[in-house]
Amino acid sequence: MQKVDDAQAQIEFDRRVADEQKIEPTDWMPDDYRKNLIRQMSQHAHSEVIGMQPEGNWITRAPSLRRKAILLAKVQDEGGHGLYLYSATETLGITRSEMIEALQTRKAKYASIFNYPTLNWADIGAVGWLVDGAAIVNQIALQRTSYGPYSRAMIRICKEESFHQRQGYELIYAMAKGSPEQKEMAQDALNRFWWPSLMMFGPHDSDSAHSAKSMQWKIKRETNDVLRQRFIDQTVPQIEVLGLEMPDPEIKWNEEKGQYDSGEINWQEFYEVINGNGPCNHQRIKHHLKAHKDGEWVREAVRAYAEKQQAKKAANVA
Amino acid sequence: MNQEQVVNQEYLAVYEVFIRSARGLDHKHVGSLHAESPEHALMYARDCYLRRSEGVSVWVVKATDITASQESDLENFVDPMDDKDYRHATHYVLPDSVTNM
Amino acid sequence: MNQEQKNLYRFLVGLADDSVVLSHRLSEWCSNGPYLEEDIALSNIALDYLGRARMFYQYAAQIEGKDRSEDDIAYSRNEREYTNLLIHELPINDFAFTMLRQFFVDVFYCQYLEQLCQSSDSTVAAIAAKSVKESRYHLKRSEPWIRQLSEGTDESRSRVLDAKTELESFVGELFLMPEWEKSLLESDIAVDRELIKPDWDQYVREFLTGSKIEFAGSELKISGGRNGVHTEFLGHMLSEMQFLQRAYPGLKW
Repeated sequence: MQKVDDAQAQIEFDRRVADEQKIEPTDWMPDDYRKNLIRQMSQHAHSEVIGMQPEGNWITRAPSLRRKAILLAKVQDEGGHGLYLYSATETLGITRSEMIEALQTRKAKYASIFNYPTLNWADIGAVGWLVDGAAIVNQIALQRTSYGPYSRAMIRICKEESFHQRQGYELIYAMAKGSPEQKEMAQDALNRFWWPSLMMFGPHDSDSAHSAKSMQWKIKRETNDVLRQRFIDQTVPQIEVLGLEMPDPEIKWNEEKGQYDSGEINWQEFYEVINGNGPCNHQRIKHHLKAHKDGEWVREAVRAYAEKQQAKKAANVA
Repeated sequence: MNQEQVVNQEYLAVYEVFIRSARGLDHKHVGSLHAESPEHALMYARDCYLRRSEGVSVWVVKATDITASQESDLENFVDPMDDKDYRHATHYVLPDSVTNM
Repeated sequence: MNQEQKNLYRFLVGLADDSVVLSHRLSEWCSNGPYLEEDIALSNIALDYLGRARMFYQYAAQIEGKDRSEDDIAYSRNEREYTNLLIHELPINDFAFTMLRQFFVDVFYCQYLEQLCQSSDSTVAAIAAKSVKESRYHLKRSEPWIRQLSEGTDESRSRVLDAKTELESFVGELFLMPEWEKSLLESDIAVDRELIKPDWDQYVREFLTGSKIEFAGSELKISGGRNGVHTEFLGHMLSEMQFLQRAYPGLKW
């Protein structure tokens, strides 16, 4: 009986996805769809939360009060976005503590870009402009994802992120047009963040483990390579406006294709960083664990207090 | 995993958050958060969901206090409402000369 | 600047320093909170104080009339020139310390800024009116935290008590009136901090008694901030905060 029901439910599910209807939490969904979503969404949530660290690295050193306020608000937003995404992922029947445990035991991944260090102030500009820029290209496509809570979280996040990229570009623009030292910092930041930003779109479509299924289920709406090219095409003219040198000597306008040609990503580095050998992988997880452990007694106190209050209430009723 | 032990997370309850974005509109579900009490949930909702003054009123509801219809019951739950088209204005055909009704 | 303007300038810079230094401390919690919601909430408070600092610096720069910016004032003075009250600069320590300091200053700012809303200087009054609303919200958050931590576990209670022992030495300075601030009383620009003291003591004592915590009161013990005599902690904070401005003077960021 169960089998027949599942087969029926599968047909209904496929029809919904085909019709561009959203799948909602209480709907039947194939196990693999659920698993795939949990993987992608929790990874997305972790990325937001771990992403607080490289930018947080400069909050106490921001060179003006205005920049400091902007950066703090932005890093806080990333935390908020992590929250929206954890919240949306919880609708799939996993708890936030389970997700965090997966992060801390390195079973769950987060965007590799955050395993690169922020070494000078222009890096904060590069992160906003390039990293958030790449994320936005990705997230705009995800607003149409088939899972309702994910799609709604993406819409909310995209709305808030528009200031993130602009503040980053404004920051790096000020430096690119500033003193020779500032310009050098800006160039250095661009050179270091360019390739990791391109890597954010994931492996080539032909090498992407989860892509095909995710496309079929409309969890992902456009392929890694399409999105990456879109990012390159929109970013190259922005580099020109800054008056900085191209971080990739092979970048060249291709009239025929109507897009920019560019060099090949160092995929060995890509896999190294994914597999835990980026400059900051250890640091990021240790930071997260430390904050979590330092907060343990606070959460214990909260629980103990709540229990005492309940006991009091119960005693009063009796 | 290194020796560092993973600390298990929350003793906090999940609260669903609803926001009225402007006077005259309905409260709309925007997401959830974890908090130790309804009062705290309300404050966290302000910090987490209203950073840009997105609302004029907030409700928080403990997620476990929500009773929801089940997808599997949908047939019994919604379908019986389907055949009562006399509840809709378009069901009634009036003479053309009667406008504005 | 005439004498009154000089006094007003020092008064404003003191208030701005208080806010910028506390904001800096609170911002250190970003990505280090006990859980995500609290992390986000603490950043909001840091932003409130940063906004307050900027308003006071900007007004101070205007009074000074030398065409300097908020950043010129914030980023170019060393620790002997900073005039914040010491309680604001103490390290964040643990969450109990951070929240107890918040509770103490939240009560203070709710009472102090409410008075300052009546300032005869309309800019000061306007900044106070904006800020007091923020502080009322901050207090609504810090009170339940102190309640929970005081009555939660043995560990959390002992952490609150440790924090109290240290902070009790620094709260008295909140009510100290330096000469230049006193002189602004005549024109009703400033308000008398000493007059707030009994209300503050009573409020804090009553609240802590609710969790069976004794409170000695706000007798003056350690002071020096307004004269630029600080704890060792401030120098480190400023060297971090001012690093870029010091390394590359005079640039726009």
